[in-house]
Amino acid sequence: MTCVRNWGLAGVLALAGISAQAQGDIVVGLQLEPPHLDPTSAAAGAIDQVVYANVFEGLTRFDPDGSVGPGLAESWDISEDGLVYSFHLRSGVRFHDGTELDAKDVRFTLDRARDDTSQNAQKALFAGIETVKVIDPLTVQVTLKAPDGSFLFNMAWGDAVIVAPESIGEIKHKPVGTGAFMFDDWVQGDRIELVKYAGYWGEPARLDHVTFKFISDPTAAFAAVMAEDVDAFPGFPAPENLPQFEADPRFQVLVGSTEGETILSINNKLAPLDDVRVRRAITHAIDRKSVIDGAMFGLGTPIGTHFAPHHPDYVDLTSQSAYAPELARQLLTEAGYADGFTITLKLPPPSYARRGGEIIAAQLRSVGIETEVTNLEWAQWLEQVFRGHDFGLTIISHTEPFDIDIYARPEYYFQYDSAAFQALMAALKAEADPEKRSDLLVQAQKMIADDYVNAYLFQLAIPTVANARLRGLWRDAPTQATDLTAVYWDK
Amino acid sequence: MLRYVLQRLVSLCLSLLVASAVIFLALEIVPGDPAAYMLGLNAQEDTLAALRDELGLNGTALQRYGSWLSGMLHGDFGISYTYRTPVAEMIGDRLWVSLPLALFALGLSCLIAFPAALWAASRRGTLGELGVMGMTQLGIAIPNFWFAMLMVLIFAVNLRWFPAGGFAGWEEGLFAGLKSLTLPAVALALPQASILTRVMRSALLDTLGEDFIRTARAKGLTRGQALRRHALRNAMIPVLTIIGLQFSFLLAGAIIIENVFFLPGLGRLVFQAISARDLIVVESVVMLLVFAVILVNFTVDLAYAWVDPRLRGRR
Repeated sequence: MTCVRNWGLAGVLALAGISAQAQGDIVVGLQLEPPHLDPTSAAAGAIDQVVYANVFEGLTRFDPDGSVGPGLAESWDISEDGLVYSFHLRSGVRFHDGTELDAKDVRFTLDRARDDTSQNAQKALFAGIETVKVIDPLTVQVTLKAPDGSFLFNMAWGDAVIVAPESIGEIKHKPVGTGAFMFDDWVQGDRIELVKYAGYWGEPARLDHVTFKFISDPTAAFAAVMAEDVDAFPGFPAPENLPQFEADPRFQVLVGSTEGETILSINNKLAPLDDVRVRRAITHAIDRKSVIDGAMFGLGTPIGTHFAPHHPDYVDLTSQSAYAPELARQLLTEAGYADGFTITLKLPPPSYARRGGEIIAAQLRSVGIETEVTNLEWAQWLEQVFRGHDFGLTIISHTEPFDIDIYARPEYYFQYDSAAFQALMAALKAEADPEKRSDLLVQAQKMIADDYVNAYLFQLAIPTVANARLRGLWRDAPTQATDLTAVYWDK
Repeated sequence: MLRYVLQRLVSLCLSLLVASAVIFLALEIVPGDPAAYMLGLNAQEDTLAALRDELGLNGTALQRYGSWLSGMLHGDFGISYTYRTPVAEMIGDRLWVSLPLALFALGLSCLIAFPAALWAASRRGTLGELGVMGMTQLGIAIPNFWFAMLMVLIFAVNLRWFPAGGFAGWEEGLFAGLKSLTLPAVALALPQASILTRVMRSALLDTLGEDFIRTARAKGLTRGQALRRHALRNAMIPVLTIIGLQFSFLLAGAIIIENVFFLPGLGRLVFQAISARDLIVVESVVMLLVFAVILVNFTVDLAYAWVDPRLRGRR
């Protein structure tokens, strides 16, 4: 009995220790551990989850509402013809190693990203750059090959953050950026620690010490938050437990929107899916609401095209592919498949795909389409589906912001080849006038909905569970980031 | 004796060589390109080629096997594809969690099993023995990950005596380190202790029927004294075999428990590496585990000789 009491005492002491140091510290749970910490040479969203806005900053940046604002560039001038961008850098910006940020660092960053040996996962963002010139230490001039209305947007991505040549050699394990937090320690497999950077150019961070803890198992994540070992968990992996947190006054639950269009991708080149009537039948066979309820426990906004509903130019086209199984059967009969057909449905690991896949398979069966369901690991999915085009249907969330232009790439895995759409995207790229761009975007959304390229399911939601006293966390995720620069504890 | 040790060493090296070839071949067959996994959906062909080149993925399979093997002989396990750190360093870090966890669990398992088996064997046919046997049945039947979650709910979420998971690190002190390993070690030890208790009890009961025990009893020893002084040592051979097997299993087989407690151990490293197609890490860790199993078996062989002098004479 004494033994038990001693343990209890130790526990109480440990707890007291934790809450005493809590005001300037935070422990953030994340499901995936980054492979390394260089956001400019890997696609892993987990890297941006740790370093974007915290450690590294770009010329421009994404604000919490998804708009693009000034980052390390205080302002910029764009030439009349839309080809030359002159960025004016903030003065007095220092990297964490004490060196000053200047125009040469920007030139180095952009040249490195578009070099032949570049390992940038989003190299296309830099493809339009013709030259990068240093005008003076705080001015850099970027000349484009053709006008590009989304250039400032592109420069806000995590893949375009500014890095310095002095620290590039060790960037994967000792990242040196300009952000409000400095990298401190990484215990691989367990946690990454950041500390406040005293020499930050902007509003200083309100937290002193940040620990990112990596917990992949949903049950373990639940226990860690419940035990208050973790103060905030963005992208909480067990949506079924959210009501329990909502009912508990110790916690707050934020459900936000992401850039993830979750779709049932259709192989547009594979018979019988190359027939638009068949694709249309598939979309009418799916009841989005029951997919969202069953696979995501009600989290997610239905979409009718490949565009984020929170975007000002979004058009709601869900009624065009509304749940209508009778119509689906009729369309199949018209296309010559009155008795239905069998097709593969390949599912990557995320729960939206695995759980959603079961529901969609059942819904398709009820109109006569049989599916052969295969569960794949990510590496297999990339090889078979994404690169090999060896699939009929698959479910995937396209998490890159503003990525409707993938429909202009005929070799992209769902193989939609439409000259009209490609012309539309070319026009959009060359257009700088906001109103005309908006009009073109609306046309683009309608075109892919009319062609029933894919079955658009829902916009992926991101639930964050956090201590009720935490303030300043992002609700929405316009990019994959955990921006902690404005987070603080309420007294 | 020297000749015997040399023979054993040659066969050990041959086993390792065969194992390395099998591991390498098996992973060659696995589909999936590490570079494509790392660069994701928007990667361009030239970027992929640049990365593959840097990772050394462009050579033939034989070249890669050769460089892996010769590297290992120098203690160089190569550089992880995804983490870009030396594999040897990563394994070293993870061993500081996995090895203490395995030893902790094995220690707990022995601490529970030895007294329980002795007690059960000395009270043959009583309600007490029935109780111990019933508990061990339960210990084997309960899945350890479920038991682990139950413990987390009770001791971490409700009572707050232990953290729900994670590893504090040895630099935080021995107590903090052991505290984060306690619940996982208990979860791992429970089924192992149950198996060990059952094996040991039946081994003890077997020896209790031997003539030398009857002699010991006739000499005036009580049943308990005969059990502890004479039966125990003779019952150790099967017990040592089981302990050896359990240690190898605990070192590598804690993947699920490591996931439940999000511990940065070897099991989770392999798990992550397989899904990221970080083949060089998978190969090296599996190789290391093969080596550990062979080494443990060798040690168990030596331990047999220690507890049973008859085996020494035969060699």
